[in-house]
Amino acid sequence: MRLQIKNGVVFDPLNGISGEVMDIFIEDGKIVEECKAERIIDASGKLVFPGGIDIHAHVAGPKVTSGRILRPEDHRIGVEKRWNGIHSGTGFSIPSTRVTGYRYARMGYTTVIEAAMPPLEAKHTHEEMVSIPIIDNAALTLFGNNWNVMELVRNEDYDSLSSFIAWMLRTTKGFGVKLVNPGGVENWGWGKDVDSIHSKVLHFDVTPAEIIRSLAIVNDRLKLPHSIHIHFNNLGHPGNYETTLESMKLVEDLKGERQSMHATHLQFHSYGGEKWKDMCSKSEEIAKYINKHEHITADMGQVIFGDTTTMTSDGPMEFSLYKLSGRKWSNHDVEIETGAGIIPVFYSSKNAVNSIQWAIGLELGLLIEDPWKIFVSTDHPNGGSFLFYPYIISWLMSEKRRKRTISRIHQAVNSRAILGSIDKERDFNDICIMTRSGPARALGLHKYGKGHLGVGADADIAIYDIDPKDVDPSEESNKILKAFRLTHCTIKGGEIVSRGGEILSSVDGKTIWCNPYLRNDEFEKIRKRIERKFYLNYTVSLSNYPVFDAYVPNPMEIRIEVS
Amino acid sequence: MTLHTDVVCPFCGCLCDDIAVEVENNEIIEVKNACELGYSKIVNHLERYRSPMIRENGKLKEVSYDDAIEKIAEILSSSKRVLYYGWSNTTCEAQKIGIHLAELTGGVIDNTTSVCHGPSVLAIHNVGYPGTTLGQVKNRANLIIYWGCNPLAAHPRHLSRYTTYPRGFFRQKGYEQRYLVVIDVRETDTAKIANKFIKVRPNSDYAVINALRAILRGHEDVIPPEVGGVPKEELVKLVERMKSAEFGALFFGLGLTMSRGRYKNIENAIKLVEDLNRYTKFTLTPMRGHYNVTGFNLVCAWETGYPYGVDFSKGYPWYNPGETTAVDVLLRGDLDALFVMGSDPAANFPKEVLKKMSEIPVILIDPFPNVTSSFADVIVPSAINGVEAEGTAYRMDSVPIRLRKFIETDFLSDEEIMKRIYESVERRLKG
Amino acid sequence: MKRKVFLITGRTIDQGTSLETKTLESYFESACLCEMNEKLMKELGIQDGDAIKVMTEYGEVVVRAKRNDDNPQDVIFIPMGLWANLVIEPHTSGTGMPGYKGVDATVERTEEKPKSMMEILREYGGGDVK
Repeated sequence: MRLQIKNGVVFDPLNGISGEVMDIFIEDGKIVEECKAERIIDASGKLVFPGGIDIHAHVAGPKVTSGRILRPEDHRIGVEKRWNGIHSGTGFSIPSTRVTGYRYARMGYTTVIEAAMPPLEAKHTHEEMVSIPIIDNAALTLFGNNWNVMELVRNEDYDSLSSFIAWMLRTTKGFGVKLVNPGGVENWGWGKDVDSIHSKVLHFDVTPAEIIRSLAIVNDRLKLPHSIHIHFNNLGHPGNYETTLESMKLVEDLKGERQSMHATHLQFHSYGGEKWKDMCSKSEEIAKYINKHEHITADMGQVIFGDTTTMTSDGPMEFSLYKLSGRKWSNHDVEIETGAGIIPVFYSSKNAVNSIQWAIGLELGLLIEDPWKIFVSTDHPNGGSFLFYPYIISWLMSEKRRKRTISRIHQAVNSRAILGSIDKERDFNDICIMTRSGPARALGLHKYGKGHLGVGADADIAIYDIDPKDVDPSEESNKILKAFRLTHCTIKGGEIVSRGGEILSSVDGKTIWCNPYLRNDEFEKIRKRIERKFYLNYTVSLSNYPVFDAYVPNPMEIRIEVS
Repeated sequence: MTLHTDVVCPFCGCLCDDIAVEVENNEIIEVKNACELGYSKIVNHLERYRSPMIRENGKLKEVSYDDAIEKIAEILSSSKRVLYYGWSNTTCEAQKIGIHLAELTGGVIDNTTSVCHGPSVLAIHNVGYPGTTLGQVKNRANLIIYWGCNPLAAHPRHLSRYTTYPRGFFRQKGYEQRYLVVIDVRETDTAKIANKFIKVRPNSDYAVINALRAILRGHEDVIPPEVGGVPKEELVKLVERMKSAEFGALFFGLGLTMSRGRYKNIENAIKLVEDLNRYTKFTLTPMRGHYNVTGFNLVCAWETGYPYGVDFSKGYPWYNPGETTAVDVLLRGDLDALFVMGSDPAANFPKEVLKKMSEIPVILIDPFPNVTSSFADVIVPSAINGVEAEGTAYRMDSVPIRLRKFIETDFLSDEEIMKRIYESVERRLKG
Repeated sequence: MKRKVFLITGRTIDQGTSLETKTLESYFESACLCEMNEKLMKELGIQDGDAIKVMTEYGEVVVRAKRNDDNPQDVIFIPMGLWANLVIEPHTSGTGMPGYKGVDATVERTEEKPKSMMEILREYGGGDVK
């Protein structure tokens, strides 16, 4: 269908457009200069953004479904009935796949990056991504504890390492290189962890620092659109900000066309103190470093008060959380490659640590000055559901709203965090960057039609029922909250998929994946190299390991040519 | 002649994927590497239905696929409460459509989980699941425990491929570096080859696990001289062995899920493994029976939020095991039709269910005649998954593996049959 | 004479290999039997292959005795299947799972013959399978 969005107040930061009243034309799923529209959407007095992009969420795959099976109680809420050909579903922090897609779409999000795909179980991740309607998905393949990676890093064999990464991305149909507690999850195979980036991984004679730097180098050599995407060591431990700073410094010299490292859910990595008793915010130190350097992007990992489910490949961390909470605990080690842990959690506003955590996320969102470097996330569902993004936006835009929340939570937030002293407020342009254009650029997807509204871009568009000229976000934060919860309408690939919260059309989303160039002889060489070890160590055959084309019925393959 | 290697065995939850099959003129000449169960599954197709059938006046009459599918759609679209049961011997692709069909018609969908590891799932809901993929066990474990299961009979290659006998990266000497414990009420074949067999009185597993947990937590003094038929000193020794293992792996079967205590037994076993993780590395894995029973739990959980026993009569997924599970729904006489794919409930459910089955229309989709055929009003023969049709299955440790196809057939695949039924029912409901 | 025992049901290799050939004689042979140890057989005055009757609160079934000394003297084992289903506990106690194992039972020698699959099915309203 040919569409015209008329008189909208358009924000398109990647093309330097900020609040301009203009028309947008859509034909064949793309944005065009102009066309004869079959249908006109009147957007006067409404905010027009590119479709939202979630750079880091756990929405599909083995650990998400382990979480669902662990928590039937989470599915007693968030119940949606089957209606008019739209599927039913359940769940709040770990919703079933169908409603996951509907909820993102209602909120104006059209692309979501699944943050952790274990290669051995990559088919599972893909099966679920295909079951999530409307939104485009991509999955980050886990590398940080892979035996082959550690061995090649130890040998400083970067040629083979780049071939291996390329081969694995192709084999798993992955989008990028993810590291989770590098080395620590391998040690968890023996019930242990690593305590610093310089401690050796048991039996592998390699350190987390070496793994991080090597993968960053190889990632850039392969010219992948996204940088390495890292969940640092020591997540959630008091005093871990030093590990975070050290890890960021490891790749300081690698600045290329884009960042050389995406630091994910940074909130969980910005803690001072030695014990939970004196745990405090170190967001200032972290923000200072990122403000001074150009090689880091990050997402917030904002904590939301209430019940949620934590899930990560960081097995040892989840077990230590389980020992703290004593509720219930699932774990899933994946041979040769990675692990996973899941526990339910309740972030209480009466709890000192949780209140400080809440503050740190927002501190990072405000103190990291350049919105192109810090993006909105809850590390869904770890800090809270993605459904709370509108709350985060309203806090970022209104000091008054933050103050109001601060007054209602544990007062450690005033002594051990600094949010109360920050008066900065984000504007609509910043928010547009932090929720779509910034993630698009950090992911490299802006080159493939995401995160902007220029001619040729994918027609993924969110229209919100709010007029930036008519509202004072600082004073009227409730209006902001309301506007960002449900779009006036959401357009995905040129189709109107949601209007005022009602799903109109359940189109299939695409699977975005990267296929780095690898000469045939390199491909064969790396396959040969791992073949024997594969046979010895894995419990599936190499020929049954890949994600076959059948699992990606709707691919958006990004071929990367290396000159 | 064509040699197919790395074929996936569609029998049990081991999903061994190293089978070699020789095929000539579309016939299987030889099968290598498979166990007795897998061999017979792949080769023994002594009885097949020739075509779809509809029962008229008590006699089965051959009809076309189209007629059978229309008849099924007619039954489903005019019923108020259908149970869609089975799904453990089919692919995830077919399961997914089955779930959507249940949603479309407001029925109940359940799979064989409810009568095998259903109690394990209930326990996981309560306390969690400290699991692992099997390769982690192969490469690291030096203590293997089988409790209430007899893999040599039910999962014959489990020990040789995954746990006890293979060489692993950190266990280059294979079984010499491992210690095998079997705990059971009788001395099974697996018990006979164990380093240590511990015989438990029937229905006493819960007490034995409790004793182990108490000893582990330093309360040896409160344990009587014998628990569930096991002398105290054996329990103390076992706890020592568990604590000092570098990597321990506990596998459990229906001996725990089906006996007195049911899900409480599993809950206790899981807590034991969680407790052990405070001392060393320990994992737990249910010995899932059918080759894709695990797959159903996963597909159902991601599609609906719940792993089995889902009732769509409210228009959204509702789950209450014990109420929305197959045996319960059948015993209550709630149903006006039963749809079966990839299972044989008449051979596995208590006799009281048979009577109920005889009173309602029963639809059966399966490659082979089985006990349920006796009650079926429409029978649709399908291709054998993993031999004549491909698709996804999940191993007992949740590792997805794609079943291969190496024999051509005119039988429709489960996925294709489900697709056609869904479309026809949707058309009827709209019209 | 009668003897009180625990009844358990479960998988066997033979039952497993005949899963997909249930209308054949092999299914009858692999599932219409009851394993017990030699001492119990002596006590009951029976030999391998003799018919025995197993009775529980929920029903009774006649099956063939099969010697298996792996069993303790007070534990009998019937492979999963149609015959076992006549005597297991049907109630699920709110778990979805009937009582397939650890059912209190009595066992005795009998002159009755085991019923065939079709005999049982007809009793419960079943028809032809092909």
